[in-house]
Amino acid sequence: METQTQTIKKKTDKVTERMTGAESVIRCLLAEGVDLVYGYPGGAIMPVYDELFKYQDQLHHVLTRHEQGATHAAQGYARASGKVGVAIATSGPGATNFVTGIADAQIDSTPMVCITGQVGSHLLGSDAFQETDIIGISTPITKWNHQVTKAEDIPTVLAKAFYIARSGRPGPVLIDITKDAQFGALDFSYSKCKGVRSYKPVPKTDPKSLEKAAELINKAQKPMIVFGQGVILGEAEEELKNFIEKSGIPSAWTILGLSALPTAHPLNVGMVGMHGNYGPNKLTNECDLLLAIGMRFDDRVTGNLETYAKQAKVIHFEIDPAEIDKNVKADVAVMGNVKDTLSRLFSLIKPNTHESWLKKFKDYDVIEYDKVIKEELFPSKEGLSMGEVLRGINQETKGDAIIVSDVGQHQMIACRYAKFTKSKSNVTSGGLGTMGFALPAAIGAKMGAPEREVVAIIGDGGYQMTIQELGTIFQTGVPVKIVVLNNDFLGMVRQWQQLFFDKRYASTEMVNPDFVKIAEGYHIQSTKVTERAHLQDAIAEMIASDKPYFLEVCVEKENNVFPMIPTGASVSDIRLE
Amino acid sequence: MEKENFTISVYTENNIGLLNRISAIFLKRHINLDSMTASQSEIKDVFRFTIAIKVTEEQVKKIVGQIEKQIEVIKAFYHKEDDIIYQETALFKVASKLLFEERQIQNVIKNSNANIVTVTPEFFVLEKTGRRREVDALYRKLEPYGLMQFVRSGRIAVTKEKMHISKLLESFAEETV
Repeated sequence: METQTQTIKKKTDKVTERMTGAESVIRCLLAEGVDLVYGYPGGAIMPVYDELFKYQDQLHHVLTRHEQGATHAAQGYARASGKVGVAIATSGPGATNFVTGIADAQIDSTPMVCITGQVGSHLLGSDAFQETDIIGISTPITKWNHQVTKAEDIPTVLAKAFYIARSGRPGPVLIDITKDAQFGALDFSYSKCKGVRSYKPVPKTDPKSLEKAAELINKAQKPMIVFGQGVILGEAEEELKNFIEKSGIPSAWTILGLSALPTAHPLNVGMVGMHGNYGPNKLTNECDLLLAIGMRFDDRVTGNLETYAKQAKVIHFEIDPAEIDKNVKADVAVMGNVKDTLSRLFSLIKPNTHESWLKKFKDYDVIEYDKVIKEELFPSKEGLSMGEVLRGINQETKGDAIIVSDVGQHQMIACRYAKFTKSKSNVTSGGLGTMGFALPAAIGAKMGAPEREVVAIIGDGGYQMTIQELGTIFQTGVPVKIVVLNNDFLGMVRQWQQLFFDKRYASTEMVNPDFVKIAEGYHIQSTKVTERAHLQDAIAEMIASDKPYFLEVCVEKENNVFPMIPTGASVSDIRLE
Repeated sequence: MEKENFTISVYTENNIGLLNRISAIFLKRHINLDSMTASQSEIKDVFRFTIAIKVTEEQVKKIVGQIEKQIEVIKAFYHKEDDIIYQETALFKVASKLLFEERQIQNVIKNSNANIVTVTPEFFVLEKTGRRREVDALYRKLEPYGLMQFVRSGRIAVTKEKMHISKLLESFAEETV
């Protein structure tokens, strides 16, 4: 029998409130537990901003300096907090400025809900002022998108948007709301979306696939794991660790898998891919069993597919059925959330240590250290290296910080050398490779994980793509630490020009402004380091600060990132110099 | 792997924008469609796209995976030519005077199993439904006499075997009752 409170609650659930579509947008966000949104106002979204003003005590809006910044901040927030990031913009250019961030979130599976204003529905298709077909434009780069033209549709559409963005393999959703739908009235009531009939977020796990996987694992002599972001998105860090420790399998990671397993873990054998570590790349073509856990065999990971792990059986743990056999054929596909499948597999596998096999990775580590790492971390040359800056940051943060990196040489150096003790600590644009990502993403990351230190590592090129977000940092006071590794070059492109284009440095040399003065213009405390003697003190001062801090480090101009797998080459043809 | 003709059946929700979402999957992979038709399926509010393409089986598998991944796609299948009953329809608009000036054309029409849809003093319209080669054959026969207009529909197809969709769709049908 129902208690009286239950009956009353049931009744009150059904009680509706009359309000505008714009107000219902805010109420939907609040009902989804959103307390922070990023955005930029404009004509077609003004009714929603008017409600944001009224609800500012409950829903904090961060004004970025460009809509692209709002999407990257929402991404950074989502990646650091595990929650859905929300970005709001107006129609036309506001909406099109979202495109890069949406594409980035799509390829990196980041849960994000983007809300755009649209011209009134009577104007749709008339080429009205700031009208653009953002549904058409965003279709190939969203998990789902939808245009709302009636106020009464807003609650169900937004409930669906959040459900789709965060469930299964997460991704960005764009909801375009016409101005008349924002002004229109509705009887508001909200219930969270519990399912969409045409959408199965998590495929069923075939128990036979687990048995088959266990059989292969138990008889493998030289097994190797490559794990990706699926572990972090599935919150399966503990399950992964337990699985690895019981099976004794050497475990490498993709760039987005980084930080799911502490970097100091004895079975953590480093990064795979183009600028990954020597051992895991070489031994990909020697292992007899490759376990791909929540990763998608990106071309930057596999190099030439024709020569990728051909000798190995492949077990692919995946939530997205479309990823199976997309790039690498799986002998066994274990479908489902890795949190679930890894814990079920745990009881089926036999404890092992694979000592002599693990030693092979360590032997390659020694070679890589001698040929590459030693000089990068402890340069013999006068000029500063990017690696020694990372070493200095590791020393001050003890691996506890969230490192947000941009795209290019510094990103590879950050991912290779940053130390991590906690998950959700590496925020970078992996799939899309979006220069300009780091500064706004760092703002979002700090707001998503305010108790943690957030250090953005950015090159002088990417920094200037979203440098205006210093204004957001100034206005909000968000204490992010910004490190620009300045080599006065678009370093990664220059490296390729040097290696593959006969040193024809076409448009890669940068004439840079005084970055410190710019930061000071935004009243952000700044330091510039040009000599090794001052580096560690500057890093220490930056980390000790409880305010935003800008540190420019002038590094060697023409250093290269090694190891490197040239495009189209095999992973085992990885070069050390 | 050899390229061959495949027919893809896609069951979807009836939503604006889904056509764009599905065609974008082909665009992204630089694949040209032979044809695409869309209509209501046997279940209320469920749409069915029939897409004809010439690709390798490996490609079609991946494409179907990508299509099925779309939120509002209920289920997608691919079929080989032998798995389906398929037809397309063509309309031929021909000048009526040819019937009298070119007596041979009457035999062509008689032997073609085509239907005369309409006749006016100026023109008549023939409808031919069948496999592509049958339509092509009629086209080749009529073309020398001069066609005022010719148009051909996309392929439509049903499978010989039951598709696994049926049960799923039945459960949807019950929900909507």
